[in-house]
Amino acid sequence: MSNPDHDREAEVSLLDGPPHDVKIKPIEKKKEAPQRAKLGLRRTLSEKNLMALTGLFLCLFLAVHLLGNLQLLLPPEIAQWQFNFYSKLLSGNIFIELISYLLFASILAHAIYALVITIKNRRANGHRYDYDRRGVTSKWYSRKMGLLGTIILFFLIIHLRDFWYQLQFGHVPLDKDGQKDLYTLVVTVYHSGWYVLIYVLCMIALGYHLLHGFFSAARTLGVYDPRYVEWIKILGWIYSIGISAGFAFIPVYVHFARG
Amino acid sequence: MRIQLRVWRQEHKSKPGQFADYELPEVSPDMSFLEMLDMLNDQIMRQNGRPVEFDYDCREGICGQCGVMINGRAHGPLANTTTCQLHMRTFKDGDIIHVEPFRAAAFPVKCDLKVDRSAFDRIIQAGGYIAASTGEAPEANSILVPHEEAEAAFDAACCIGCGACVATCKNSSAALFTSAKISHLALLPQGRLEAKERAQQMVAQADKEGFGHCSNTEACEVECPQAISVLHIARMNWEFNRAAFF
Repeated sequence: MSNPDHDREAEVSLLDGPPHDVKIKPIEKKKEAPQRAKLGLRRTLSEKNLMALTGLFLCLFLAVHLLGNLQLLLPPEIAQWQFNFYSKLLSGNIFIELISYLLFASILAHAIYALVITIKNRRANGHRYDYDRRGVTSKWYSRKMGLLGTIILFFLIIHLRDFWYQLQFGHVPLDKDGQKDLYTLVVTVYHSGWYVLIYVLCMIALGYHLLHGFFSAARTLGVYDPRYVEWIKILGWIYSIGISAGFAFIPVYVHFARG
Repeated sequence: MRIQLRVWRQEHKSKPGQFADYELPEVSPDMSFLEMLDMLNDQIMRQNGRPVEFDYDCREGICGQCGVMINGRAHGPLANTTTCQLHMRTFKDGDIIHVEPFRAAAFPVKCDLKVDRSAFDRIIQAGGYIAASTGEAPEANSILVPHEEAEAAFDAACCIGCGACVATCKNSSAALFTSAKISHLALLPQGRLEAKERAQQMVAQADKEGFGHCSNTEACEVECPQAISVLHIARMNWEFNRAAFF
């Protein structure tokens, strides 16, 4: 039986005298050929897969969260009961609790992997360019996902502190039906113009993050057919604008209409 | 036309480099960028200096040897152009042009503007081939390849390996280069059989060489002299993911 290694060496030696400065390091051969496909979890692509999957899960969550929040826009007397009932319904559900653990895990994994990937990429860059105009070849938000993500993380901390933490561990007064009055808490918080402004700015950051993230996730997972690619781009635009505009509209509306 | 140049000079990989300023008083707008560098070297050598080293071979845009960062962009300000196909008429009289080597940890500078791109060769060695004896050219109709697939495979096969994709990538990712070969061979019936192993091995090698992650900014497609589509990257991801699960 012929040894494939041997043949390759023989071929290379035919190239007699390569230019002195060309040095092609041969690959060290693995001891055994992999019989089964390995998951290869530490590959760059696997790390991007994790970013894509956690990102898409968070995308799904955002859509459900927005639908729930739209109840705030109902007429005040209905909205209060409806929203408080909805909040009670979710907080008392074991299934929702399990999903919330998955959600926190996804946020953490998405953020930590983003950091790991960024550090690895910095290392891959090597020497910096003295004069760098590469920015003109791509969209700014596709290059600034880390910055946009950091803004979103900052927003999440404020957001969780003011609502989630209050509801879980704080003292939220009860409404006339004996439910925790999250509605009044929300309306009170949105009283502050500064708070609403920060919300809106963060939602713009979220919109750009989603605009690149949604389509990039599909690419990472391997959607290569041009027909689907077109549709995913359109869907990404609709989704990103819908989510960010929807989440930004609610505090603005509550601030001016219920203020 | 009068051109001022700021060129990266570095004698050896192990020595630190720095920029040097030169001035060329009479550059013809019809010259290619490389001819302008020839003119510069002529001027330097007449003054007994060490000429600026840069890679080139065919000078007709198909070999992938030339490639430098010109005014902060891979292969200069035009999209889908090699350095040799960039002409001085793109610049104005009195312009200052910054010339730097392609930068990436996996592309160490060898000398001045020359970088070591053998990492690309090792990625190809890792799986960019069909591991079967091809024999003589077979009867063309015995294995049918639809026209669209043949064209798509050829588009991917057009990669000249210049490294502009890596140079322009904010993460120094070799995704476009690696995927072009994976896609080229995965589209054809002979290459299809080993598509999974090829994707795994070539991706593993690219990682080992120290290239970064693909962020899908699509900058590489803009600078690629062959305008190789970023959708090949998506196909590589598909092959890689498929290999892990089914």
